Amino acid sequence: MLEIKNLHAKVGDTEILKGLDLTIEAGKVHAIMGPNGAGKSTLSYVLSGRDGYEVTEGSVLYKGKNLLEMEPEVRAGEGVFLAFQYPVEIPGVSTMNFLKAAVNSVRKYRGESEFDAMDFLKFVREQTKILNIDDDMLKRAVNVGFSGGEKKRAEVLQMAVLSPAFAVLDETDSGLDVDALRIVGEGVTALRSPERSMLVITHYQRLLDYIVPDVVHVLADGKIVDTGDKNLAIELEKNGYANYVEAAA
Amino acid sequence: MNAAVSDTVDQVQSVEKYKYGFVTDIEADQAPKGLNEDIIRFISAKKEEPEWLLEWRLKAYAHWLTMEEPDWPKVNYPPIDYQDSYYYSAPKSSEDGPDSLDDVDPELLETYEKLGIPLHEQEVLAGVKNVAVDAVFDSVSVATTFKDALAKEGVIFCPISEAVKEHPELVKQYLGSVVPYSDNYFATLNSAVFTDGSFVYIPKGVACPMELSTYFRINASNTGQFERTLIIADEGSHVSYLEGCTAPMRDENQLHAAVVELVVLDDADIKYSTVQNWYPGDENGVGGIYNFVTKRAACRGKNSKVSWTQVETGSAITWKYPSCILQGDNSVGEFYSVAITNNYQQADTGTKMIHLGKNTSSRIISKGISAGKSQSTYRGLVKMMPKAEGSRNYTQCDSLLIGKECGAHTVPYIESRNKSAKVEHEATTSKIGDDQLFYCRQRGISEEEAVALIVNGFCREVMQELPMEFAVEAQKLVGISLEGSVG
Ligand SMILES: Nc1ncnc2c1ncn2[C@@H]1O[C@H](COP(=O)(O)OP(=O)(O)O)[C@@H](O)[C@H]1O
Ligand SMILES: [Mg+2]
Repeated sequence: MLEIKNLHAKVGDTEILKGLDLTIEAGKVHAIMGPNGAGKSTLSYVLSGRDGYEVTEGSVLYKGKNLLEMEPEVRAGEGVFLAFQYPVEIPGVSTMNFLKAAVNSVRKYRGESEFDAMDFLKFVREQTKILNIDDDMLKRAVNVGFSGGEKKRAEVLQMAVLSPAFAVLDETDSGLDVDALRIVGEGVTALRSPERSMLVITHYQRLLDYIVPDVVHVLADGKIVDTGDKNLAIELEKNGYANYVEAAA
Repeated sequence: MNAAVSDTVDQVQSVEKYKYGFVTDIEADQAPKGLNEDIIRFISAKKEEPEWLLEWRLKAYAHWLTMEEPDWPKVNYPPIDYQDSYYYSAPKSSEDGPDSLDDVDPELLETYEKLGIPLHEQEVLAGVKNVAVDAVFDSVSVATTFKDALAKEGVIFCPISEAVKEHPELVKQYLGSVVPYSDNYFATLNSAVFTDGSFVYIPKGVACPMELSTYFRINASNTGQFERTLIIADEGSHVSYLEGCTAPMRDENQLHAAVVELVVLDDADIKYSTVQNWYPGDENGVGGIYNFVTKRAACRGKNSKVSWTQVETGSAITWKYPSCILQGDNSVGEFYSVAITNNYQQADTGTKMIHLGKNTSSRIISKGISAGKSQSTYRGLVKMMPKAEGSRNYTQCDSLLIGKECGAHTVPYIESRNKSAKVEHEATTSKIGDDQLFYCRQRGISEEEAVALIVNGFCREVMQELPMEFAVEAQKLVGISLEGSVG
């Protein structure tokens, strides 16, 4: 599904990713853990094509295609989704309208028919029920005045309606209390399927109790420095990142 | 690509950008070029006007000759040669005015069809509220729909030239009573040479059963359009009125100097909406309409109300300040405005709220969006007169900038001569954030669509004031007018 080789990327003049290798098979969930500033969000932006994140070396193949030469909206059409660490506010645009614009854009890209207003409402309501989201949120402007937990749930809702083949979740657990964490975690787990891969970025192990990963990586100083199964996450929780940070430095 | 090919491609692209840019090939009856007393007599004779109206026109013309073009708006344009324009142009087929829709020239019907304006009464979809339309083509009204249905309620909706003949007492009483012939340079010019426009009278206690609308279309080249609209809402009546405007793409600048007068009596209200989409000129600033318009409402009665809503996306230059004179006690004035400028467009627009009566209130919500190399100015006046006891105003001016080469300016004048009156003013300036654009694009929404979405969100407070029937069209227009503004 995704094959990253020797990826180097800089922001401004600073190199942040320094030779990152990562392969994710279809249907697998990989977790990336690492200290603050390791380059986790940078990786998510490089994969989704944000301006200002310049790839200087290496390659990323997605479904056999060169991901790096696609515009962000093309990547979305091809099935790449990013749940943002800090979701962005769009004043005056209702969440419902935003979802509809997004879903119809990717459906158009994928050669599927666009939803009309009624069908779309039905479709969204099915998803909000699963994620335990109050339909009232759909009327509110995108992320405006949302609590931390609401923002993260809205991100997962967007993921659900856009039906991506590859989703990156950047610290989707941050700012959530225990109940919200469970709902979000179960919501994401419900979206697992043999056709869908995920890259779950997190600082803490607790999210991985709900989204049980197939593979866990440690990212430090712009490189993958360790790889293991879900037990690696538990070890990390106990011992912290100090060893990796020292080794990388 | 060779020059000829790229020329053609450019042309095709610009046609797509402004889809109303076509010209209707129709035989026109024109007055000779230029402006003088004879031309005014010609117009008046064409319209078979009574003597008093001709005299009023001539008085305005004599006054205009003594006036100077205003130079205070923040807009730049080369001097206008008022002798190099036609002041009267009418499609030949409408010489005597059509008696019914069946008499309207098919070429004209087709034009309005292309513009998306229904002139066939029977084609209105089930479940959709009817909209009565007055279609003004260059200097004359070519069709008015649903006249009979409206007449049953006593509502008069017709071309103003027809009202002069059929309802002279109303026209004589109210014409120039809100915007006098000596008001300002462009209004005075309009008083001398106005050709057509709409007339509306809503009788006492009647809620107009449908939306009324006028579509203005400039077709002939080198022709100024000078329409005059007069709406009277008698005691306890209600009406919602919408005007839309388009023009062909031409390299020359064409002058549009309209006057709109609203008169509102006790307990009556008028909701006046504008979707202004005159040709804005090309991306190098060549051509486009000069839109110099005077709009004013007199809230004469107690508890009367006027709400102006405007979505201004077109014109090379826009110069207009729809205003309210709040004379009746407890009267209310509202101004909701979206002004979008792109490329080399210039807009200097805003409102005047003049509080005369007790407990009058006004609300101003202005959203200016500037892109390209355009300049947008909000200019507003709030005046509390000595007798405006307990009156209030709230003003909110928000500007959104797209790119680095455009400008947004806010010029609020506040004058309070009554201590109990309250005036509040808020203003913000912001930019479309890269983070917002990226967020949208990550969700599959193209950059242009994202801009349209974000800008429509920014304007929501104003857009939601538009009648339902027109809101969707206006939202699309926002997107179209900002095409090419990013990337
Ligand atoms: N836009 C930016 N401009 C400059 N430096 C940045 C920018 N974004 C991230 N960085 C730097 O890149 C490094 C990695 O950041 P980030 O990818 O956000 O880490 P993580 O998500 O792992 O906490 C940090 O040192 C951070 O300061
Ligand atoms: Mg991060």
